[in-house]
Amino acid sequence: MQTVNIKINGKELSVPASYTVLEAARLANIDIPTLCYLKGVNQIGACRMCVVEIKGARSLQAACVYPVSEGMEVSTNSALVRESRKTTLQLILSNHDKKCLTCVRNRNCELQTLSDELGIGDIPFEGEVSDARCEIDNMSPSIVRDNNKCVLCRRCISVCKNVQTVSVIDAKERGFKTNIGCAFDKSLGEVACVNCGQCIAVCPVGALYEKDTTEKVWQAIEDTAKHVVVQTAPAVRVALGEEFGMPIGSRVTGKMVAALRRMGFDRVFDTDTAADLTIMEEGTEVIERITQGGKLPVITSCSPGWVKFCEHNYPEFLDNLSTAKSPHEMFGALIKSYYADKADIDPKNIVVVSVMPCTAKKFEAERPELSNGGNQDVDMVITTRELARMIKQAGVDFVNLPDEAFDNPFGGASGAGVIFGATGGVMEAALRTVAEVLSGKSLDDYEYKVVRGTDDIKRAEVDVAGRTIKAAVAHGLGNARKLLDAVKAGKESYDFIEIMACPGGCVTGGGQPIVDAKKQMDINVKAERAKAIYAEDKSLPIRKSHENPVIKKLYDEFLEKPGSHKAHRLLHTHYTERELY
Amino acid sequence: MSEKKVITFKGTKEQEARLLKAIESHKGQPGSLMPILQQAQEIYGYLPIEVQRIIAQKTGISMAEIYGVVTFYTQFSLYPKGEYKISVCMGTACYVKGANAILDRLKERLGIEVGECSSDGKYSLDATRCIGACGLAPVLTVNDDVYGRLVADDVDGILAKY
Ligand code: SF4
Ligand code: SF4
Ligand code: SF4
Ligand code: FES
Repeated sequence: MQTVNIKINGKELSVPASYTVLEAARLANIDIPTLCYLKGVNQIGACRMCVVEIKGARSLQAACVYPVSEGMEVSTNSALVRESRKTTLQLILSNHDKKCLTCVRNRNCELQTLSDELGIGDIPFEGEVSDARCEIDNMSPSIVRDNNKCVLCRRCISVCKNVQTVSVIDAKERGFKTNIGCAFDKSLGEVACVNCGQCIAVCPVGALYEKDTTEKVWQAIEDTAKHVVVQTAPAVRVALGEEFGMPIGSRVTGKMVAALRRMGFDRVFDTDTAADLTIMEEGTEVIERITQGGKLPVITSCSPGWVKFCEHNYPEFLDNLSTAKSPHEMFGALIKSYYADKADIDPKNIVVVSVMPCTAKKFEAERPELSNGGNQDVDMVITTRELARMIKQAGVDFVNLPDEAFDNPFGGASGAGVIFGATGGVMEAALRTVAEVLSGKSLDDYEYKVVRGTDDIKRAEVDVAGRTIKAAVAHGLGNARKLLDAVKAGKESYDFIEIMACPGGCVTGGGQPIVDAKKQMDINVKAERAKAIYAEDKSLPIRKSHENPVIKKLYDEFLEKPGSHKAHRLLHTHYTERELY
Repeated sequence: MSEKKVITFKGTKEQEARLLKAIESHKGQPGSLMPILQQAQEIYGYLPIEVQRIIAQKTGISMAEIYGVVTFYTQFSLYPKGEYKISVCMGTACYVKGANAILDRLKERLGIEVGECSSDGKYSLDATRCIGACGLAPVLTVNDDVYGRLVADDVDGILAKY
């Protein structure tokens, strides 16, 4: 690696030649405040929060975009720099809503932190701009936009346009009227937004957040006529702890279950069990299509952000999507049939609440086709963040909770169900089962590490019972687009493709705890949380979906066999082409 | 959400053919959006959702980006001009003598904002720079007719003539 020698605040440093001043300073543990910058997402030098003095340069420069060069001398905290940053921030704040106490991002807000770190004191520009309030867009079932809190950093635009290639939001108008939103001021609920929530995850402030369902959940819990069942997705247990000050990558499965019980849910089930079921259904589909010459590649369908993206952007691939419902939807359908029967409860009185790392699941749960006999499979979806808020409201001392286990009859899940939470996980889980079914043997070598990790697109050829299965895994919709375009053009061909809408998969879904830009400079959140997922997998006695006794029993007692008529009625769905504009 | 007002789109096949040709001639070139929008504005006189949708579909540029550009530059308009184009002078003299009150009354009576066109296509409303009739301030024009020394209450009488 080529390096250059520079001086920051008089300190001599040798740094990679490709670095920006901001990255070089970070290496030297020198803090430069930022607002619009977000590693890997937004590097546009727009907010000027990060200005530094560079010897020989005419004016202050934005450290987040200014490249280092040999002999460069930088000053990051001169009086000039401090004054300029302060003025910039005061201008932003003069046009900001500032209602921190009632803000969803209170105490986890980059603007608040900046204001604290820069010692803002007062805001002398107050009153210079119009105080007309922007309308809040809350028509989408997943995403709320409150432009009164927007600081125009444009991170949401970058992630939506460049990372996800969904491109439904952009900057409109000019000058003081500049605002972020959809074409013709439509709501996010009316355009081709896929509800992935990545815009929420990158927003430094409280301008974007999920549609809050916590109040409805509390009401259901309070209602004695209702039997309220909660289920939790795999990725929630490796991130929830962060909301209570625990390090990134902490596994809190047992505490999470304990907390849910203390909140008053009647049953606490594990979505991972249903993930095992998804593998049985989807795996069977893969085997059938491969052995009987069906439509290939089979593409996974458990990420609702991806499914909606496909419906808008790639209708020609809708027949490739697995017809299997996503795990929590399967679970909802089973809870309101199999479980309702067993427990002798009228399905109408059962409320299924899903705790998901995902905002798109809120939209998914409202799909009319995901229902049975007039009951939606899933009634309410809350994100990991919303669950954390509810735990706090309930006054539960999360960190000091004992570990507790999920309820039966759906208590047990295999490790295959757990790894659904990371990119490559569904593929690996499916391969573990498909390989054994096709070969008819129990295999010792079932860790498919080739599909793990955070590379944009992972391609693998896996030998299974004398057959080669060509597999590809894409996470983030921009990567999915690349992969699908290659398949469409006939340049690449596969038997089985896994697509997750969110970069990193569910562990970094749009409903997960938000990690600020500064932490993201040092920590690879995707990798840390994925590590916890694979550790959880390793810790379980059963690691393959088809070996899970709960699943075996389900088929014996109720569903007959994977792909049966009953399974199709309850566990499978269909898709609809949607307009792009 | 308050959506922008919808005015029935009256584009012709012939206009669409010209637009498609314009898009084709810029296809794949970087920075092609501005010239395409300029030509589209020339063809239709404004850039409604129907026109922006065609541009988005044919260029692969998102509607959000196109709309962003259209609303950024004042040379582009989202609304057609009405059969009767009402302009209120906002030059210094008119402004001082209460042009704002007249503009407000017009907005209220027509139910539209500056730059917009009533949904029946009859009236459009603009605020203009000084038109040089300061002696008559405050002044408004309806197409080529000039009305001066106005108070807000004159607005109804003027509208009644059209
Ligand atoms: S966005 Fe941040 S600074 Fe603004 S009100 Fe919310 S917490 Fe306070
Ligand atoms: S939820 Fe996803 S698709 Fe929708 S605006 Fe945000 S980033 Fe774009
Ligand atoms: S909504 Fe959030 S991410 Fe988007 S521009 Fe505004 S402050 Fe930045
Ligand atoms: S300009 Fe560097 S952080 Fe915004």
